[in-house]
Amino acid sequence: MNWASSLRLVAAEEFLSVSGLVLLLVCAWAGDKSARLVTWLAVAALVVAGVLVAPALFGGVFGAEASAFYGQYAADSFSSFAKLLIYSAAGVSLLVAPGFFERQGGYRAEYPVLALFAALGMGLMVSATDMLTLYVGLEMNSLAAYVLAAMSRSDDRSPEAGLKYFVLGSLASGILLFGISLTYGFAGSTSFDAIHTALVGKMSTGSLFGLVFILVGLSFKISAVPFHMWTPDVYEGAPTPVTTFFATAPKVAALALTMRVTLFAFGMQAAAWQQIIVAISLLSIVVGALGAIGQGNIKRLMAYSSINNVGFMLIGLAAATPGGAASMLVYLSIYVVMSIGGFVAILSLRDAEGNAVEKIADLAGLSRSKPGLAFVLAMVMFSLAGIPPLFGFWGKFVVFQSAVAAGLVPLATVGIAASVIGAFYYLKVVKVLYFDEPADKVVGSVDGVHAVLLYGSAIVISPIGYLFTGWLGGLAQSAAAALFHAA
Amino acid sequence: MTGFPILSLMLAVPAVAAVAALFASAGAARTIALVATLIDLALGLDLWANYQIGGPQWQFVEHAQLFSGFSWALGIDGIALVLIVLSVFLMPICIGASWDAIEKRVPEYMAAFLFMETLMIGVFAAQDLFLFYILFEAGLIPMYLIIGIWGGADRIYASYKFFLYTLLGSVLMLIAMLWIVNLTGTTSIPVLMEYNFPVQAQYLLWLAFFASFAVKMPMWPVHTWLPDAHVQAPTAGSVILAGVLLKMGGYGFIRFSLPFFPEASAYFAPLVWGLSIVAVVYTSLVALVQSDMKKLIAYSSVAHMAIVTLGLFAFNRQGLEGSMVVMLAHGLVSGALFLCVGVIYDRLHTREINRYGGIAINMPHYALFFMFFTMASVGLPATANFVGEFLSLQGIYKASSWTALIAGTGIILGAAYMLYLYRRVAFGEQKNADAAAMPDLTAREYLLLTPLVIATLWMGIYPESFIAPIRADIAHLDARLAAARPAGDAQVTPGHPVAETHESAEHSGEGSEK
Repeated sequence: MNWASSLRLVAAEEFLSVSGLVLLLVCAWAGDKSARLVTWLAVAALVVAGVLVAPALFGGVFGAEASAFYGQYAADSFSSFAKLLIYSAAGVSLLVAPGFFERQGGYRAEYPVLALFAALGMGLMVSATDMLTLYVGLEMNSLAAYVLAAMSRSDDRSPEAGLKYFVLGSLASGILLFGISLTYGFAGSTSFDAIHTALVGKMSTGSLFGLVFILVGLSFKISAVPFHMWTPDVYEGAPTPVTTFFATAPKVAALALTMRVTLFAFGMQAAAWQQIIVAISLLSIVVGALGAIGQGNIKRLMAYSSINNVGFMLIGLAAATPGGAASMLVYLSIYVVMSIGGFVAILSLRDAEGNAVEKIADLAGLSRSKPGLAFVLAMVMFSLAGIPPLFGFWGKFVVFQSAVAAGLVPLATVGIAASVIGAFYYLKVVKVLYFDEPADKVVGSVDGVHAVLLYGSAIVISPIGYLFTGWLGGLAQSAAAALFHAA
Repeated sequence: MTGFPILSLMLAVPAVAAVAALFASAGAARTIALVATLIDLALGLDLWANYQIGGPQWQFVEHAQLFSGFSWALGIDGIALVLIVLSVFLMPICIGASWDAIEKRVPEYMAAFLFMETLMIGVFAAQDLFLFYILFEAGLIPMYLIIGIWGGADRIYASYKFFLYTLLGSVLMLIAMLWIVNLTGTTSIPVLMEYNFPVQAQYLLWLAFFASFAVKMPMWPVHTWLPDAHVQAPTAGSVILAGVLLKMGGYGFIRFSLPFFPEASAYFAPLVWGLSIVAVVYTSLVALVQSDMKKLIAYSSVAHMAIVTLGLFAFNRQGLEGSMVVMLAHGLVSGALFLCVGVIYDRLHTREINRYGGIAINMPHYALFFMFFTMASVGLPATANFVGEFLSLQGIYKASSWTALIAGTGIILGAAYMLYLYRRVAFGEQKNADAAAMPDLTAREYLLLTPLVIATLWMGIYPESFIAPIRADIAHLDARLAAARPAGDAQVTPGHPVAETHESAEHSGEGSEK
């Protein structure tokens, strides 16, 4: 352990911090007219950071050689997998932002900078191997996210979303911090490694409470039922590029963090947290599916859909095996692509005045006025529902496979039966798009960057995606192995 | 066995054509669809011609490790062969039936049908459990769109019902498949067909598969999606639904349920018999009182499919072979009946039986075709259904004579509702002027119905052409089921020659009948 190697391991974070600060200065001096330039520079910074973390994933780095700053931070293949997803998701939500905000009356240069700092915070979250690193990363991400949610000052719903997110998010952070303090009290350390070794055998009531509080705090962040209430409001209120961001990057970060905390820090107490995860996963699947049925706003529908999908991912966590962890990572990757496709399609829905169309009823007959857009949106819906041959099925498939392999057949059975309820509301959207008489509300075309992202994600979620299953599965397995090998 | 990947080619042709049709104009899309389905028909006939009867069990085998967790494994035995030939035979007819009837959104329609064809062939050719599941499930999407976009007035309800019913059925099968693969470590269907599963595990697995196939089949009481789907679907949609999609249920039983779980199949056979005889009698009675032509034929499909399940779970060769023939025959005949309904629906835009009457006067040629298929549906000798139903009932008689007795009444009821339908539509007075003014068949309609007549007669008069490819596979399956076969109550034994009887009666009382 020396400072040079530690600093080398956190190269991506250093680079993102410095670029964030430099870009902050640029936008302070040059003002909002530099916003587009700052956006492109921020995307470039994310690409460079991605290049910096990639070798750890492809090299399958884990254990001591990935550990930095006396076990507070791990740059292993697991964190690298999650970071690549986070950086790509953050990059996409930057790319789609300028067009949207300019139509809303002014794109602010702070947006890319905040997104960059959020991405930095999320990188810390997924690399955290110490409760304090975890908390710092989480707060760094959250503070940036609260502001991002309230970014659209012309829209009343946006500050409301920011405030709700802030109040509930701080509550969750408080609960999490309380759990951390209890765990520290009973394990005698904040390091995951030390907690892992300290909590062996029968758990004391105090440390069990610590675990429960930590899980509650994390459930807020991943918007799992029963801590999901903020999600629909924030998704609806936040500007759509920000919603794109919330639906993808922080979800990856929070889930990856949850995986590291449960599978590694509390790895010897799997029996204690497994039942909690089983309960919240089934609740998320059912509540996410039932809640979505009544929604008239497509962004709220996507919020419930994300709750539902998190439930499915947690089935992989409930398995508590390397296979389960790998299946979660595969699901997460596919989910990020599906969400990007879905939200880019939603961003492209505009009426004659250029305002965003968000009501599902207004999308009636879109397949006739905008066949390409409707086709992709329908593909995303079928894919989110997990209907083969679309790639979304593969995510559900691997998760259920790992659950069955871990002997959780009843959980898998109930989960998959509940997925049929979910299919109903996805079908409802397809019905509006394809079966209803055209409302002709949506005009305006899909422009440059949006088209690339839209059709790019469509290709990935089409059956062509299955050709990547071997490659994706291999990477996910190596990443999941790092999570367990540290133990 | 050939090195040329003909099965992959058969899957690729409609898939590529589907994409091409999507970007084409309406006229071009029709042509693309027709050409692609005719190419697939030619390939299918080539497959049939080159299939070696008595050759290896699995032919035209292809294997490529393209995916993680499962592989692109294709190959066919005789059972898959005849079902693939049925599919590719019906597809050009479907495209032809939609030529003028579909006026809106033609490119999307043709793309959906071509995509459907890829999936149907894939389901029958898949040799990998998960590949099968993906293709089996994927069929929901195009069918949902076909019913929902081009269907009748109540199409949205019908499309939801179709989708959710079949989805709920098959997700349980996925869990069972995951469990199987976890246990055996292989996804290869041919390997699993020889695998001896622990008997205790078989019961739940059998039920999970049954949930899927019973809905698809459909069996009473989960058949209610079918009349709705049929009534609302466009003509060609009904043809493909009755002709091929329902066969996936029967194919599932014969490919998975029976060979994977022989003991559980035997254990649950009385359940299948019970549901089937209820279906035969109940749906036949329901069909009698229908006032909607398509609904009537849809209920008759449920009754015919019940004969199929009876034959399959008779656990003997007659039953299994008979079921296969009923499936093929029903594919032809009910497809043809839906086409016949489509012909007059295109002219009058109603399926109400009462709106017609006496159309034999103004449409004599149509009336002749319609009568032929009515008789074929009833199971008149020399038509395809007769062969299949006779064999199936013979098979089930050996397993359970009471079941056969009740199922036999279905044939009588079938004659009743079909002839009653025919009388009301074709004979009697011409009640409505517009029905009386309908022109007779066009050249296109002749062209669609004639091949079906030929095929139905062929299968009725010389069924050997269709039974020969499946004989070895049925024998193989029969041998696998032998150990689990439930003791029948009506075993047919050869009688004793007179002289021998005379001699043995003198010595002892062994001539007793029991």
